[in-house]
Amino acid sequence: MSSAAPPDQHHLVLGRLGWDALPLHEPILIGTFAATILGGLALMALVTRYRLWGTLWRDWITSIDHKKIGIMYIVLGLVMLLRGFADAIMMRAQQAIAFGGEPGFLPPHHYDQIFTAHGVIMIFFVAMPLVTGFMNYLVPLQIGARDVAFPFLNNFSFWMTAGGAVLVMASLFVGEFARTGWLAYPPLSGILQSPGVGVDYYLWSLQVAGVGTTLSGINLIATIVKMRAPGMTMMRMPVFTWTSLCTNVLIVAAFPVLTAVLAMLSLDRYVGTNFFTNDLGGNAMLYVNLIWIWGHPEVYILILPCFGIFSEVVSTFSRKRLFGYASMVYATVVITILSYLVWLHHFFTMGSGASVNSFFGITTMIISIPTGAKIFNWLFTMYRGRIQFEVPMLWTVGFMVTFVIGGMTGVLLAVPPADFVLHNSLFLIAHFHNVIIGGVLFGLFAGIVFWFPKAFGYKLDPFWGKVSFWCWQIGFFFAFMPLYVLGLMGVTRRMSQFDDPSLQIWFQIAAFGALLIAAGIAAFFIQLVVSYLRREQLRDVTGDPWDGRTLEWSTSSPPPDYNFAFTPVVHDNDAWHDMKRRGAVRPTAGFKPIHMPKNTAAGVIIAALSTAFGFALIWHMWLAAGLAFAAIVIATIVHTFNYRRDYYIPADEVTRSEDRRTAALAAAAAPA
Amino acid sequence: MSTSQPAYATGGAAGPAPVFYDNGDHHPQQGTLLGFWLYLMSDCLIFAVLFAAYAVFGRSYAAGPSGVDLFDLQLVAINTALLLLSSITYGFAMIGAQHGRKPHVLGWLAVTGLLGLGFLGIELYEFAHLIHEGAGPQRSAFLSSFFTLVGTHGLHVTFGTLWLVTLMVQVSKHGLIPENKRRLMCLSMFWHFLDVVWIGVFTFVYLMGVLP
Amino acid sequence: MSSTHDSHADAHHDDGGGYHFSTRGYVVGFLLAVVLTAIPFWLVMAKVLPTPGLTAAVILGFAAVQIVVHMIYFLHMNSKIESGWSMLALIFTGALVLIMLAGSIWVMFHLNANMMPVHDMRIRP
Repeated sequence: MSSAAPPDQHHLVLGRLGWDALPLHEPILIGTFAATILGGLALMALVTRYRLWGTLWRDWITSIDHKKIGIMYIVLGLVMLLRGFADAIMMRAQQAIAFGGEPGFLPPHHYDQIFTAHGVIMIFFVAMPLVTGFMNYLVPLQIGARDVAFPFLNNFSFWMTAGGAVLVMASLFVGEFARTGWLAYPPLSGILQSPGVGVDYYLWSLQVAGVGTTLSGINLIATIVKMRAPGMTMMRMPVFTWTSLCTNVLIVAAFPVLTAVLAMLSLDRYVGTNFFTNDLGGNAMLYVNLIWIWGHPEVYILILPCFGIFSEVVSTFSRKRLFGYASMVYATVVITILSYLVWLHHFFTMGSGASVNSFFGITTMIISIPTGAKIFNWLFTMYRGRIQFEVPMLWTVGFMVTFVIGGMTGVLLAVPPADFVLHNSLFLIAHFHNVIIGGVLFGLFAGIVFWFPKAFGYKLDPFWGKVSFWCWQIGFFFAFMPLYVLGLMGVTRRMSQFDDPSLQIWFQIAAFGALLIAAGIAAFFIQLVVSYLRREQLRDVTGDPWDGRTLEWSTSSPPPDYNFAFTPVVHDNDAWHDMKRRGAVRPTAGFKPIHMPKNTAAGVIIAALSTAFGFALIWHMWLAAGLAFAAIVIATIVHTFNYRRDYYIPADEVTRSEDRRTAALAAAAAPA
Repeated sequence: MSTSQPAYATGGAAGPAPVFYDNGDHHPQQGTLLGFWLYLMSDCLIFAVLFAAYAVFGRSYAAGPSGVDLFDLQLVAINTALLLLSSITYGFAMIGAQHGRKPHVLGWLAVTGLLGLGFLGIELYEFAHLIHEGAGPQRSAFLSSFFTLVGTHGLHVTFGTLWLVTLMVQVSKHGLIPENKRRLMCLSMFWHFLDVVWIGVFTFVYLMGVLP
Repeated sequence: MSSTHDSHADAHHDDGGGYHFSTRGYVVGFLLAVVLTAIPFWLVMAKVLPTPGLTAAVILGFAAVQIVVHMIYFLHMNSKIESGWSMLALIFTGALVLIMLAGSIWVMFHLNANMMPVHDMRIRP
């Protein structure tokens, strides 16, 4: 899969892009490409057949509605989950067979790209979009607002994330991806050791997506600070909103670091600067230091929203107010601040010495305390509650068991002498998958099942939900517990071939676990299909299928474009529960015109230009890059000349929409 | 017009019934200025990373030229003066905007823009001179971090100037409407923020760079 | 020009507390900034203080003060605008900048020292 054209082929228009960039000698890739093209064509044919292009453009691509954008983020994340998991299955398969001289089916050149892509995709294009999608969808609803603070920027942020994903996927078929691991440490990622396009794909896809993420962070902070319903003080916000606030603070405070560090690496590669080179004063260790200043807050960005999801799920399905609301808030804020004081634990072995290592080891252990407090709060919420084991609750209980184990291995790794033995072993891999799968992924699945009825008007089929959960839960243990054992025995990460045949059985068990997880993923998608087919039986007409406690459950399922005809006035925590308890009556008349933002194409256009810009830079197509950049600037300036970005929904349209809901509620309440 | 009120909850026996819905006049607060401030904070962190790199590499000359050899402090003093002046001229533009005097605003914005261009011109001259002397960004880690830190600041000034020109067109076209006043506020914050970063640059890079 | 405070004609609250501009404020800030800039330049160019270490500390101090001057007089920073959220964001960012700068310098110093040992490695920094 080599792609670097010899220097004398540098072409003004095509840069170093040539026919050799296509992986014509890699059957796996040709097959994948063919399948993707056929699938894409089939999808486009369906859209044309049902004449949905107009709807797609008007209602989704140019939409500035936070609900639509949230759904698109989640769709993106789920699609990329399939790609990232395909990488995982390939790695497990390779590692299960490549012993004692047997080379397996993935040469190191290919294997290295797979583990790099697996990490990059799972973190940046699965977990981040899914988490962002949830925050986008729920936060305005939970605070009683009609949209986020900057709706256009929201649309633009989504398309930038999608643009980054496009670049990563393009690397599969045009050129190659980085072979450096998901953080691309120099000097391996420098121009001398990685002259090809792989690291450049990595850099530009993350920079494009990073812009989207940072802007989204600013957007949601401003939303939560400025747009809460009257009466909703900070300490009356739902816990998910609190964790969203802290997550977005982390995003705004951490992603600029990533942007700057990747920019410095890009300068080293493109301009020949000496930040991270081996000579002329460069220091690759600075890269490791800086990238982990971003990297540690990043993992809290992933987990905090999921802690929020668990809080909502636990209190709803224990039919009890969350235990220790104030301590949950304080714990979240403490985690946010402390996450900036632990980063060195990712490179204890790089040689900073005992004084530095012990400082960061201690701070790392301290940060586990607020998380522990949260676990106790959830348990105390469940204690003496009337627990309903709906599927979201299953995921939550699974999280508590799984995440706690992973957290404990984390505290073990926080001890520098222990880390000296276990750093970059499979023990580390098992630890972080333990907390990310047990924490982030289980949380996301709990959230999907919990809020799906709100977004689409019908519940997800519980049987397939349970199948998916058990496959994931059991599959996880089979896939990762052997890795703890292997790590303790000294096996290193990122290896594609092994000499010692006595290790093979552990890898085979892990591969079996991966197959179970595959079944879990398949069950999830089956769940989506079956639920759609059975949607009338699973229909939610009240908007509140779980007897929820927060304001999003006061709207219809799905909510109208404007969310709330009248802004709710809040008096207590769990505002919707409070309204139900005190007999609040839903207004059925007197609706006024509602001020709403207009859809716009500017977001997708500028993001597409940015993606093209990234692609051009990757392939050294300097002319195209220059033109794309100029187009971005011009398009942005043109967009700022558009002053007419809003409109009013007329009062009678609001009335009609609300009357439909009144009728639906009456029908639901009517005696059978 | 409609006089019906949204229904109230029947609350407790004593005191007024609690209201659970507003009467439809609720307008969320404008988030633009806070949002822009948050963006500036994120920008501040980008600069912090570049400053950290400079702190680490500031003496990594790789047997090449150092700050003493290269920095012309008189030129830097002139540049600093230009940027500082541009801050106060922008301030005068903002006062004009507060009083609704469009020609006043446009005039002071123009002066600010010219001062910004002057700043950039001097900086480009300095960079060209350094590269000509063989002290380009590829020469050493010290020079890499110098060019990147100072260059990033210069890029920001460039985009600020471009934004300023765009805003001048928009103000002359649409006048001092609330939307334009918000944009002027945002550019004001941006412009002053760049001056704050420059304080860090001239102190930490130039002045400390010539100290042994 | 004497200082005048216009009442805000813009009734729609587009700020959380009110940004007030006055000519006097800008001029005072400008003059302070000029002084706080000129002195460090003088201290370095004329080599006024005995040691470079002392000079560095003093000019950094002047820079810190001038940044505060800019914040107050040019950026109108106080604890009331945007209901205190701007100030909170600024303090948080300031703390992070300090952590990143101090942390990176501390860590890199130790890494460099340990990676290029010319001393007996049994005695570590």
